[in-house]
Amino acid sequence: MIEDDHPVSLLEVRGLIKSFGAARALKGVDLDVHAGEVHCVLGQNGAGKSTLIKTLSGAHQPDEGEIRWNGEAVTIANPVAALELGIATMYQELDVVGGLSIAENIFLGHELARGGVISRREAAKRTRELMQRLGHPDLSPSREVGTLSPANQQIVSMARALSHDIKLMIMDEPSAVLDSEEVNNLFRVVEELTNQGIAVIYISHRLEEIERIGDRLTVLKDGASVGSNLQVSQTPTRELISLMTGTDIEHAFPPRVPIADDAPVVLEVENLTLAGVFEGVDLSVRAGEVVGLAGLVGSGRSEILETIYGHRKATAGSVKVNGKKLKPGSVSSAVSADVGLSPEERKSQGLLLEEPIYRNATLSTFTRFAKAGLLDEAAERRATEEQMKALELRPAEPNRITRTLSGGNQQKIMLARWLIHGTEVLILDEPTRGVDVGARQEIYRLIRDLAEAGTAILIVSSEIEEVLGLADRTLIIADGHVLAERSTADIDEHGVLDLVMKGSAA
Amino acid sequence: MSEQTTTPDASGLPEGQTPSAPEPEQRSDNPLKRFFASPAGRSVGLVVALLLLVAVGAITAGENFMNLDNLLVIVRYAAVIGVMAIGMTFVITAGGIDLSVGSVVGLSSVIATLGAIQTASEGFWPLMVFVAIAVGVITGLTNGLIIAYGKVVAFIATLAMLVGARGLAEIISGRSTQVVNNRGFLDFFRGDFLGIDWIVWIFVVVAIAGWFLLNRTTFGRRTVAIGGNPTAARLAGVNVKRHMVYLYMISGACAGIAALITLSRTTAGTSTHGQLAELDVIAAVVVGGTLLIGGRGTIGGTVLGVMLFAVLVNVFTQNNLSSSWQLVAKGIIIVVAVMLQQRFANREGATST
Repeated sequence: MIEDDHPVSLLEVRGLIKSFGAARALKGVDLDVHAGEVHCVLGQNGAGKSTLIKTLSGAHQPDEGEIRWNGEAVTIANPVAALELGIATMYQELDVVGGLSIAENIFLGHELARGGVISRREAAKRTRELMQRLGHPDLSPSREVGTLSPANQQIVSMARALSHDIKLMIMDEPSAVLDSEEVNNLFRVVEELTNQGIAVIYISHRLEEIERIGDRLTVLKDGASVGSNLQVSQTPTRELISLMTGTDIEHAFPPRVPIADDAPVVLEVENLTLAGVFEGVDLSVRAGEVVGLAGLVGSGRSEILETIYGHRKATAGSVKVNGKKLKPGSVSSAVSADVGLSPEERKSQGLLLEEPIYRNATLSTFTRFAKAGLLDEAAERRATEEQMKALELRPAEPNRITRTLSGGNQQKIMLARWLIHGTEVLILDEPTRGVDVGARQEIYRLIRDLAEAGTAILIVSSEIEEVLGLADRTLIIADGHVLAERSTADIDEHGVLDLVMKGSAA
Repeated sequence: MSEQTTTPDASGLPEGQTPSAPEPEQRSDNPLKRFFASPAGRSVGLVVALLLLVAVGAITAGENFMNLDNLLVIVRYAAVIGVMAIGMTFVITAGGIDLSVGSVVGLSSVIATLGAIQTASEGFWPLMVFVAIAVGVITGLTNGLIIAYGKVVAFIATLAMLVGARGLAEIISGRSTQVVNNRGFLDFFRGDFLGIDWIVWIFVVVAIAGWFLLNRTTFGRRTVAIGGNPTAARLAGVNVKRHMVYLYMISGACAGIAALITLSRTTAGTSTHGQLAELDVIAAVVVGGTLLIGGRGTIGGTVLGVMLFAVLVNVFTQNNLSSSWQLVAKGIIIVVAVMLQQRFANREGATST
C-alpha cells in the first residue's frame, strides 16, 4: 500500500463496515481521495462497490468506521447531506425524468425561483453554462430529456450534479451504457472536472478504462479493500487481477465425478438468438454434467438462460430437451419437459414472499398433488417438509411465511420446488447470491448430488470462482457471444477474467 | 402483464449480499396485534364494524330496523353488488381490476329482455338466464383477451369496456325501457325458497362457490400466485395469460347474474342499469380486505364489505337521512378501512430492509 504524498485528503475512509442482517457487505474498506484526482474503485460483482457508493452518498449508514471530509469526521445522514458536503453521485441507471426538459431536470428539486415562480430564463442561462462546461454546447436547455441518447442523458445527469457546488463526483460504471465514441467524450468530461479541482471516484471493471483515466485505484474483494490507493501507473494488470480474485479459497467445492462417456446429451441449444442481446449461442449439456456460463454483468449470460427456459422468446434458434424441441417463448413447454429455473432475482422472479413456504415449494407441482382440481394441502405440506429436512432447512415448518427466511433458505426453497417437480435440466442463475458461506457449501453439495443423479445443470454466477468450482465445462460469454469454451480443468480464474475483459473491450 | 421481466441491470445494483441478506426474523410479540393482523383478525374487525352499525340502526330506528323483513330488504339490496363483488374479488386478487361490471349489467339486462329472447321457445325463461350470463362471459372474454394478449393495462381495457358496453346497451334498447313480461322468469326470480327470496339464495350460492374456488382449488391457488408475483408464477410454469382471461370471464359471468337479479327487482331491462355499480363493488372488495395490488383475497371479507355498505344504506334510509350523507359516510368508511389495513400490512412487512 502506497502512502499518501498529499498533506490532506479530500475524503478519507477508514475501516468502513456495513452489514445487512447477517451478511456483511463491507468488511473494512480504506480509501483516500485527493482533490482533482480520478480514483478508480475496482472489484468483481458482490465485492461491495455499490454498498460503498451508497454509504458515501448517504443512502446507507455504516455500522462502523470513519469518514473524514477535508480532515473532519462527518456523518452523511442522507443524500441531501452528501450534496451539501459537495458529494454528488451518478448512479448507473439514469435517474433523469424523460418528460421534462434539460433545464427542468438539472434544477429539479432546487428550482431557481423568485417568490415561487420558476425563473425559466435564469435556468436556461445556467444550463447553457453547464452544457458548455461539459463540452456539449449543442444541447438546448429546452430539449426534452426523453429524446436524448443515453450518453446525452448521462451528460444531463452530470450537469445536475455540477449545478450543486460539488467537490467529489462518484460515477458508478458510467461507461456501461456508452459506445466507444461516447466513452471518449466521457473521459474528456472527467478530465475537465479534475482540471477544475473536482475529484472523481470512478467505478468500473473495465481495466483498460482505468489505465486510461485513473490516477490511483482501490481494489475491493469480498467487501474489504485488498489494495488501497495504489498508483495506476505502477500497478500491472496481472497484479490487479490477482487482487480482485484473491487467493484465499473461501469456498470448498465438492469433488467432481467424471461423466460417463455414454451419457446422453439432454439439453441441446442451437444458434439461439435474441435480437440485440445475444446471438448464435450453441451449447449442449449431457446428463450428469454441470456447464457454467462465465461473463460480466450485461454480457447476456442471464438472458441466455431465460431464453432457453422460454421466459424470453428467442428470435432464432432452437432448444431441445432429450431430442424434443421446446416451444419458443413458452415456459409451460419447458416445465412440462422437466426443465426448471431458479431465477437470478429470487425475490422478484421466484418467490411469493407473503405466502407460506409450502406454497412456494409446490408452485410448479400443486396441480399434481390436487385431485380433480381440489388442492391437497396436507400432501403439499408433507412433501415440502420432506424436502426441507433433506435440504437441512430448519426449522422445518412448511407454514412459515417465506419473507421471514434468510437468503440461503429462500434459495433452498427454490431448489426444493424443482426437487419436488423432478428435472431433467436444472438452470441456476446466481444460485448463491445473498447466501451466506455455510449455506453455500450445502447448495454446492446439492448441485453436485443432483448432477450425480443424472440431472443436466446449467449455471450462471457472477463469481467466476464459483463457476469454475462447480462446472465441468465453462463457456465464456462476452457481448452476447460465446467467446470460448473450456474444460474447467484447463482454465483458472485469471484466464477467464483475461478472456472476459478482452472480449468486452472489443 | 406476464411479460414484465426484471432485466438484470448491468451494475448488479443489489450487489451480492445487499437486500437479499438474511433478515431478522421478527414477529409481533403482542398476541392481540398478531391476531388482528391475521386474515381471521381482519374479518373480526369488519364484523365489529358491522355490529356497531347494526347497533346504531337498532337504537335509531328500533323495531323498523330490527325485524326479519328488514333484514331481507338489506340482503336483497346487497345481492346485486354482492354477486359482482365475488367476481371482482378474483380479478383483484390476481392483481387486475374490472371497471366494466356496471355497464355489463346494463348491456346484459337489455339483451336478455329483448322481445325475441323473452318470447322465444314459447317464453322458455331459462333462455333469458343463459343469454344474460353469456353476455357477461363474452364481455369478460373480450376484456381478458385484450388485457392478457393485447397487453393493454386492465384499468384502460375495462374502462373502454365500461364506456363501450354502455353505448351498445343504449343502441340495442334505443334508450327505451324493456319491460320483463315473461311470467316464468318473474315467477321464479321473485319467488322464494324456505321463506327466503331466490335472489338471496343466488347470492349465497355464488359466495360459497367463490369461497370454495378461491380457497380449495388449483384455480384459486393460481389466482393468488399470479397476484402475489406474476413473474414467479410464470417461471414456475403457470399459464398466466390464459388464467387472466378466465378471471375476467368469471367477473363478466357474475355481472350477468347480477343483471338477472336486477331484472327481477325492477322488472325491466334498461341501458342505465348498473351505473356506477363498479365503484360500490370495488369499494366493498377493498374494504373487505382484498389487496388492490393483488396477492391476497378474501371472499368472506368481500361479503362483509358488501353487507357493511348495505346496512349503512338501510340505516340511513330508515332514519330518513339524505342519500348525500350516505355517500359521505361510505367515503369515510373506505378511507378508514384501507388505512387500518395498511397499518397491519406495514407491520407484517416491517422485516424488509
